[in-house]
Amino acid sequence: MKKPVDASNDLQAISRRRDVRRKTLPALAQAGPVSVWMILFVTIPMLFIIYISFMSRGVFGDVIYEFSLESYQTLLDTTYFKVILKSLQVALFTTVLCLALGYPFAYYIARKPPETASKLIMLIMIPFWTNSLMRLNSWLLLFQTSGPINNFLQWSGITEGPITFIYTDALVVLGMITNMLPFAVLPLYSTIEKLQKSLLEASSDLGATPVQTFLKVTLPLTFPGIFSAIILVFIPSLGIYTVSDVLGGGKVLYIGNIIKNQFGAIRNWPLGAALSVLLLVITGLLIFIYTRFAKLEDMEVV
Amino acid sequence: MAESIVSLENVEKRFGSNLVVRKMNMEIQAGEFLTLLGPSGCGKTTTLRMIAGFEDASSGIIKVQGERVENKEPYQRDVNTVFQNYSLFPHMTVYDNVAYGLMIKKVPKDEIAVRVAEMLTMVQLGGFEKRKPDELSGGQKQRVAIARALINRPKVLLLDEPLGALDLKLRKQMQIELKRLQRKLGITFVYVTHDQEEALTMSDRIAVMNGGVIEQLADPRTIYDHPKTRFVAGFIGESNIFDGAVKAVNGKRIQVQTPAGLITTYGEGFQVGEEMHVSIRPEYLDASREPVEGFDLPAAVKDFTYMGTVVKTALDMKDGSETKFSRIEQDDQLREGDPVYLFWRPEKSVAIKKTVPQGG
Repeated sequence: MKKPVDASNDLQAISRRRDVRRKTLPALAQAGPVSVWMILFVTIPMLFIIYISFMSRGVFGDVIYEFSLESYQTLLDTTYFKVILKSLQVALFTTVLCLALGYPFAYYIARKPPETASKLIMLIMIPFWTNSLMRLNSWLLLFQTSGPINNFLQWSGITEGPITFIYTDALVVLGMITNMLPFAVLPLYSTIEKLQKSLLEASSDLGATPVQTFLKVTLPLTFPGIFSAIILVFIPSLGIYTVSDVLGGGKVLYIGNIIKNQFGAIRNWPLGAALSVLLLVITGLLIFIYTRFAKLEDMEVV
Repeated sequence: MAESIVSLENVEKRFGSNLVVRKMNMEIQAGEFLTLLGPSGCGKTTTLRMIAGFEDASSGIIKVQGERVENKEPYQRDVNTVFQNYSLFPHMTVYDNVAYGLMIKKVPKDEIAVRVAEMLTMVQLGGFEKRKPDELSGGQKQRVAIARALINRPKVLLLDEPLGALDLKLRKQMQIELKRLQRKLGITFVYVTHDQEEALTMSDRIAVMNGGVIEQLADPRTIYDHPKTRFVAGFIGESNIFDGAVKAVNGKRIQVQTPAGLITTYGEGFQVGEEMHVSIRPEYLDASREPVEGFDLPAAVKDFTYMGTVVKTALDMKDGSETKFSRIEQDDQLREGDPVYLFWRPEKSVAIKKTVPQGG
């Protein structure tokens, strides 16, 4: 149905336009610098990566600017498929463990008086502020064959000879967890802290055992925090390569390592780009699910 | 006397070095509406929380229906609570909130449906089943909280300042509704409030608490007309309280010398020289141009406050304190600054023994 256009409508339209301008101009002024920043440093590089992923590799490791699906076809190769699957597994495993460790810890902190809580949060943050390579290398020193942990195990008679910890999947996962734990604890803490104690009392008052209260009240009400923690741990875990580089000694390969190698030593930029695009798609999917399930206001991280 | 449903024997609660409830003894009768009344920090909420099981008593015995419950968790006690801030589960609908207790007890679904419908009708919230708590007004939330507790058919319902967050008009309305509900269901209500008017309107008995002890436990009329301690006299309604010492005893008539002047009261068991308090309600006080026999209580009219049905007059006493009286109208044309002599019918005043404040 077409609305008749008359003078009053025109006037309304003008005032509405003025209204829009009054509202959008300040908004633009505020968002403008951020937008420029984002376009320059995020959107353009990302578009460039997508662009390169559709090119092909030259003989000398240069990029030949001709459209090709070669890189994406390579991705379908079982070797890459396995790496991707394994990366997903490790990321998932890290996420589950970070939640399992982070939830009780966050709960514990959240039930402490504020001063104690901020000190405990500090304890979580301190390792987070130290250089990650330094942290990873110190794990290596601790766990190496002649390192303190092996020395102790043999000295106390728990094991006969040294145990190979380093360059194993297990150590990589340990490294991932220590790296990612703050990302799980902080969002969990912020939602658990907001949980009113009287709701738990009400549940108990109505006959629920502590386990029932946890399942029916605590868990559903802290779900936004759990979801934030999953996103914040899972996505970086999927792409991180420093941990597996240092603690896996290059023997343990994840998608992050392969991307890094394609852009570095192997110099196959289109393949690296295609892998990056794959990561982007997985991340995008997760964030899509996240925004569908959690309200935006719950997304805050402390 | 009816059977006692909740009993507290020498119950104490300590938070660190702070004794919040001291040696409390109280028998709550089955089916009564008992109010714990007192200023904030008097221990009334702590007492309620100890009965509910949210706080452990530091010492003493708490019995519900003759059974000791000190070591039982809240979910093992046959009492339910209506919380001050309602504490409705925000992620559940009104229906699920009310059904919660029955669902936990694994009551069959169709029975739950019937009972929830019945409860919601009773609190006049039929049709609100699918709403979430944040879509309800304060009064509606309060009704849901009451329904959620009552559906479990508790022996005792504990209410912690349940009307505190409502506006005055809604508050008055809910007071009447709650009282009717309690009468209808015959459930024992233990009600915590700091609002003395609310306590007087609703309760069968009031326990006036101060500093962790019950100062007086009696029906509203006794509390109002015969306060046992100086605190109760001052806390319930408006009172003028004179502190002094007995000058002469003549039968029940007692002359008391106070810093403000000589007064006469009515009471038994007082000795000459004994320190005591005399409480007189503003409505029983009167002023005269000439001294009245038995009184020598000079005052100067300070100001008048028009209160609708009565005019309240404030007066300056010679010891610097202030006294108030209220009357239907000013027939003797007192003016500000007028010197007057105050008096009352001795039997209208309350003679109160001086109590030694409990140490702590």
